[in-house]
This record gives sequence, C-alpha cells and structure tokens, in this order.
Amino acid sequence: MPEKCEYGLLIDYEYCTGCYACQVACAQEYGWPAGTGGIRVIEVVQKLPHDKAYLTYLPFPTEQCILCAPRTRKGLEPACVQHCLASCMKYGPIDELVKEMHRKPRMVLWVPRA
Amino acid sequence: MKGERRIVRTTTWSAGPGCHGGCGVLAHIEDGKLVKIEGDPEHPWNQGRLCSRCLAMTQYVNHPDRLTRPLKRVGERGEGKWQEISWDEAFDLIETRMKQIREEFGPESVIFSMGTGRDIGPWICMLAYAYGSPNVMFALSGLACYSPRMSAVDTVQGDYCVFDAAQWLPERYDSPRYEVPKCMVIWGYNIPASCPDNLFGHWIIDLMKRGTEIIAIDPRLSWFASRAKKWLQLRPGTDGALAMGFLNVIINEGLYDKGFVEQWTNATHLLRGDTGKLLRESDLIENGSPGNFVVWDTAKQAPVVWDSGNVEYRSSDTGPALEGEYEVRLANGDKIPVQTVWSAFRQQVNQYPLERVSQITWVPKEDIAEAARFYANSKPAAIHWGVPIDMTPAITPTVQAIVSLWCITGNLDVPGGNVISRFAFDVVAYALPGSKGVIKLASKEADQKRIGIDRYGPLNKFIWRAQTDLVLEQIFTGKPYPIRGMWIQAASPVVGLGLDPKKWVEALKKLDFVVVADLFMNPTTQLADVVLPSATFLEKDGIRSWWVPLQSINKAISVPECKPDVEINFELAKRFDPDFHWKDIYELYDEIIKPSGMTFRELQSKGWAIPLEGHPSAPYHRFQKGLLRPDKKPGFQTPSGKVELYSTLREEWGLEPMPHHEEPPFTPVSQPELYKKYPLILSTGRRSPVFFHAEHRNIPWLREIDPDPVLEIHPDTARSLNIGNGEWVWVENWLGRCQLKAKVTLEVPKWMVMAAHGWWFPEKPGEEPSLFGVWESNINQLIPMGCQGKDGLGAPIKHLLCRVYKVNGREETEDA
Repeated sequence: MPEKCEYGLLIDYEYCTGCYACQVACAQEYGWPAGTGGIRVIEVVQKLPHDKAYLTYLPFPTEQCILCAPRTRKGLEPACVQHCLASCMKYGPIDELVKEMHRKPRMVLWVPRA
Repeated sequence: MKGERRIVRTTTWSAGPGCHGGCGVLAHIEDGKLVKIEGDPEHPWNQGRLCSRCLAMTQYVNHPDRLTRPLKRVGERGEGKWQEISWDEAFDLIETRMKQIREEFGPESVIFSMGTGRDIGPWICMLAYAYGSPNVMFALSGLACYSPRMSAVDTVQGDYCVFDAAQWLPERYDSPRYEVPKCMVIWGYNIPASCPDNLFGHWIIDLMKRGTEIIAIDPRLSWFASRAKKWLQLRPGTDGALAMGFLNVIINEGLYDKGFVEQWTNATHLLRGDTGKLLRESDLIENGSPGNFVVWDTAKQAPVVWDSGNVEYRSSDTGPALEGEYEVRLANGDKIPVQTVWSAFRQQVNQYPLERVSQITWVPKEDIAEAARFYANSKPAAIHWGVPIDMTPAITPTVQAIVSLWCITGNLDVPGGNVISRFAFDVVAYALPGSKGVIKLASKEADQKRIGIDRYGPLNKFIWRAQTDLVLEQIFTGKPYPIRGMWIQAASPVVGLGLDPKKWVEALKKLDFVVVADLFMNPTTQLADVVLPSATFLEKDGIRSWWVPLQSINKAISVPECKPDVEINFELAKRFDPDFHWKDIYELYDEIIKPSGMTFRELQSKGWAIPLEGHPSAPYHRFQKGLLRPDKKPGFQTPSGKVELYSTLREEWGLEPMPHHEEPPFTPVSQPELYKKYPLILSTGRRSPVFFHAEHRNIPWLREIDPDPVLEIHPDTARSLNIGNGEWVWVENWLGRCQLKAKVTLEVPKWMVMAAHGWWFPEKPGEEPSLFGVWESNINQLIPMGCQGKDGLGAPIKHLLCRVYKVNGREETEDA
C-alpha cells in the first residue's frame, strides 16, 4: 500500500550557504549521535564552461526525517526550518509548496518518508 | 520539581558558540541542566535562527572533558601533571605569585593576553589595570583583526562604520526609514561561517533576497563569488591596488558625489608644494594654529583658514577651490606653490591606471571597470570586508582606499550604505578605538610603559593594547624591561592566534608564572602553572554592548566549580587593587550601562534595547545633524573635522598620508627567488561553519561535519602533483611544514592553496611532545611573526608561499 504524502520540505538552494544549522538542529532535537540524523547537507561544485564554477549546498532529508511531527503538531516549525540561517527551507502541505515553486528557479521539493 | 522545564531567554557571546554573539536564544533547562537551545523568534537580530555551534551547546556545556576544577601544575611545564585545587587555593596562589612579580619587576612585567574581542575584553582589561599593567595583548601578530580595522577607518572618518542591514531599526527591513542596498561589495569574506565581527552574516542573504546584487572580491570561489553579478578573483594581498583601481574609474569617469567631496572631505585643503605636507594656519600667520588648515577661495583668489576646532571657515562666504595649483605667501615671507588635496588625491589615483592594477591584481581590467561602475552607479551601495583586508601589513593604506570609496560615492551614513556604528547609547565598557570606556588604567603615566606605544602612532591614538610582535621579542630580550608572567584568557597562542607557534611555546617556558583560563585543556593550557575553569555564556549574567542592540546576558545554568571570566577577574582585581571600588559585578554593570538610563536589572527585564533616532548612536545622516562631534557641530571627529582623503594623523606619524598599494612581503612579486622553490600561493584561515577558530574540535556533532584539517587545492594542480582527493599532503615553506588533507576542488585557483587554521586534536595526548598533536597540522608554523606594517598593524596571514607534496607512509584514515 502506498503511503499517503501530505507534507514536504521546500528548499531554495540558491540561498543555502552550507551553514549546517539544519543538520545540528536535527541532531539536537532527536539526540542523534554524530554521524547520523534526519538531514544531511551536500556540497556540489558544478563545473561550468570558460573556467567557471557554481557552488551549491543542498540539505537532503534522510530516511530518519519525520518532518518533525512532534513539533509541527504543537504549531512549531521543524527544527531545521526554524534555525536555517539563510531561511531557505519551508515546511508545508505539498500542494502549497508546489505553488511556491513557480515563484523562482533553483528550488527543490522533498517529500521525505516521514 | 523534577522534570520541570523552564526556558531562559538570553544573548550569546563567546564561550559556547565562541563567536562575537548577539543572537537571542531560548535555553531549555530541566533539573538545572541544559537540555535544548533554540533561536529566539522574537529577537530582531537573528529572528529565531541559530548556527550549528550554538545548536550544539548541550554537547559543549555537558562535555565530559570540561574543566571543572582549578588545576595546579605539579610536573615540568608541558609534562601534563596536574593537581586539582580549590578556587580559594588558586586565587591565593595567583595573588601571591603575581604580587611577587609586581614588587620585583613592576606591574608591566605581566602580559594579559586575550583572543579575539568578545566577552573578554572588558574583564581582562579590568584585571590588568587593577594589577597595574598597561600590557593587554591581542595575541595575533600586528593585532591583524578588528582593532586595526577600526583604527584605520577612524583615521579617515573619525568613526567606524558597517554595512546597513537595518540592524538599528527594531522593525528591521520593513522600516520605512530603511532602503535595501542595490549593490554590496563583499570583499574577502565567506558567508557559511556566518558572523563577521558583531554582525549576523546571513543578513546579507536577507538583503540578496530583497534585491541586493553582489560584487565579490575573493581569490576563492566563495559562496558569494558563485552568485555575484561581478566576481573579481584577485591575487591575495593586492586589495589596495584593486581599491585604487576602483577609485581611478570612479573619479576619472566622474561617478563620484561632488557635493559630498567638496563639503565633507578635506579635498579642498591645500598641500604645500615644497614639503608635500598640509598647509597649516601656523605656516601662514605667526601664532596661527597648526591644527587649522587652509583653502583657496576662488572669488577672493586668496587663502582662507579652515578653523578645525569650530569646523568653519574664518570667512563665512568662502568658496573653496576643489582643484588647482596656487601660490601663497608664508609667515616668513617665502612664496610657495600649493595645490588642493583633491588634485594630489587625483594624481595618487592616476598612478593606478587599470593596466597596472590588472598586472598587480591578476584581475582583467574590464572586470575592474565594470565592477567599479556598478558600485558607483548603485544607490545606495555598501561595502563589507573580511579579515583579508586586516591581515596584511599595509592594512591602513588599503582601508583608506576602501573608506574613500564609500565616502566619495555618498554612501556614508545613508540608509542601505555604510553606516556609522557606535556602541548603543554610548555604553562603552572598556577602551576601544574611538572610545574610552568605564574600565581604564589608573593613570596616563602607567600607560607609558605599554609595549609599542612609543613606536607606533595608532597605538597612541586609537588602540590601547600592547604590540604583539614586540611583546614576543621582549620576552626574549628583556629590553627595555623584563617580561616575567602571562595571564592568558579566551586565547590559545599555541594554536589559533600565535604565528610561529613554536616560538610562543619557547616564550611561555621562559616566564616565571603563567595562568590560563579556559573551558577545556588545550595545547596552551599545557604550558600553564595554573589552569582555571571558565564558564559558557549560559552560566553568567552579563552585558553585551557592541553596536546595537544593547543586550543583557542572563544566567540560565550553573556548572559546578566553573566560573565566568568576569567573576574570576573581579575577585582577583579586588585583591590586586586596594582602590577597586565596585562592590560586585552588578554594581559594575550598572555603571557601565548608565548612559542608557537603565540599571542592569532593568535591561535584563527588557533583554535588549535599541537607541532611538536623534541619539548619536542611531542613524542616519549624523555628520549633517551634528550628532558625531562632542561640540554638536556638523562634521566628523577627525583632526580637520572632515573626512580625510589626505590623513593628518598619518602625516604626523611620518607615514604616507594617502591610500596606496604595498606589495606584501612574501608573494610571487616580492620574492621571485623564493617563488621558484615554493611555487604556490599559500592562503590560510578559510572559515569553517562549525568551528570558531581553534574551538569545537571536541564537539562530536560539529567535528563530524569538518573532521580533518583541509588544504583546498585545484584539480589541475593536484593532478600535476599526483595528489588525489582526501590524501594527506605536506605543506611546506622556509619556516616549517605541516600535514593537511587535500580537498581537490574548483573553489581555489590553480595558483593558490587554502589551508584551514586552528587545528589541534583533542583526542591525542596532551603532554609534550604531542601537545594534542598541535605540530601535525598547525598551519601557523608556516607564518612568521614580526612582519607587521609600518604602523605596527597587520600581518601577512593570507599571502605566503609554499610547496605541496604527498605524505609517504601515513596511515590513511578510513574515510580517506
């Protein structure tokens, strides 16, 4: 039976600076030992023509992400979303986040296992 | 009640996240222990956000290796043999030993050594001054960080300033008084590590989302460079030349604000053709003041005196010439040619045609021109620089050039520009560039023994610290007086701050008595006689006064036997100084924040406070409104009352008065022979988002993210040296070598490598020779002491030379 997916995480990766606040916020929230957690930040250095390159960071929710259900039930943002220094993460119903994606490029929508 | 959770609202500053602080946080406390920390969504500074280092506070506060008892050395220095003692025993021991030194050699024989600013400056000054020593030292060569920066900016415009992200306005970006900068020049600064001194780094991201476009000046492909409208990939250490190139374009293409230049700078003041120096009233008229200057009145075709003290012309209808050469008769009857500062400034700038600037900086001239035009045509525009500008011996002339840029484009103290930053409500705890503070030395005479004061102008005018390179030298020479002891607090000269760190170890071993206050054992504590366990920001009541807002730090927890730095120093200050008059720290806090009209308890109940418009510490346009000078007249707090494109102070110090480029001491240009042997530019100190300098290597959540000391190297360079990603390499130059782990990446150019700084390994043995493995990867072993600039400031930290080769036979770690 497919699980029903309602909520997701929208990442505006144009503005993710690779500060890793999301990763440590998650570790603190759930007491994850170092080396595991609900979200990981990936660094991508894209090689472009003419000796150019573009540096991107991308937070990626892991198999352990539960979209902070205990927090969102209390009306709080997920730990990663609240603390993101670049305010580039958004939590919400998938449909609403999809609409957001029309606003600007360099966005990715994650729908974690949750 | 057991299991009950309470939440304490407080402000970060230093120990813990380690940084320059300012974030509002909510500390969740259960049974007296910290169980969680979050950003305070109601705080205007960080608006709920919080960095990785602060989010890891539970691992920091409750760390099993935290120092919790004072320790007394029982073996040889460095042997790692310690005995736990009580605080009373520790205070008695320190009091006895330090009083012995004071009696025998004088109070100046003890150096009080601190790390970067933060919540340590006032309290280490308080202790040093109570003891009677003027020698408070920021332990980095050439003090190459914030105080030279402030001093250099003050030299030009009399007050410091920072970029405007509406931090002075409680409603921030939404305030109708605010304007988002159209352009921001990010000069040698990398965002992921978050917060430059006393600002929240990600404010710049907030601005970018609101339309600010970026000019990135950086040899690295930084995050900003990657997203910039213009990226200028300059050769490290050539920032001065680049800024002169900007000025060249802006002035010669007429893109400057002529009204500002004429009215608010000393562009119209006259320079003598015979000496090249400022023409002063005393040159023209017998008994004239040497503090007054002279302009050429175009209507009268005669010189008119500018009265600096009254910030006005002697004749009210003066129309000063901006450019030109004239002739004046001196008091002694001689006739001499004169020209305006603006004419001389233009000649200076014209020595930097873009061909030459491009040759020096390695940046294509079209890119420089386009960037300069974009900056000048954007209104408002702001500039923010990182420490690469401070970490060069020619810091002051470089800063003069950059400050001239924002001044002549009319971006000074305007919404969205570079805004004058003063301590909120003029609450100043201790002597800093531009301010005196509540905590001061008992007498001017005591200050005369401060090391460097007689040699370097800025140390006599702006910076109330000992000159670090001279201190190190004096420890070995004993001249002009012996150095016998050192108090080290919130600093690690063996790891983070100390260049040529083996020399610092040798120096520490020469001293009779060394005290280190810290939170964890580290390579520097190993060389102490007494180690004192300090506290994190969560364990203290305090105040944070650094620009805006004025904030209280509110004690949330206690960790048994750990003491906040302020309390350690307060107790000893009482013992050292019979005239120390404060009853407790709260009385001291009340006195410091008195200009705000609040008591400490009142401030605590508010948490933070921002000064209102009309106060000298609140923007904008203060030089027009007469809010900067003590006499309330429009103008600036400089010797002439104007922005000084030609610096009166530098002239008086016997240094070049106008901005220029100086080639740093160890570059391919200044050392062509060394460059043959060491063919890569070595730059150091790229920031990690999870460490504050030498801190946090022992915090599991953070170390996991940045586990190894990294050397960034370009793929082509790595290939030519047969180096693979993740391989350990030697980085070597004529001073030493260390091992780093290659990160093969396009983030650096082919001709440069970037080495991480501040590395030691808390998991390795603490005793000598290991000292927590500090000699394995400490890149400071490749950087010399004693290369400070002509004014005693700056050091070559970002531009050295090296070669890189594989480490043979090193056991690879699993993830290599």
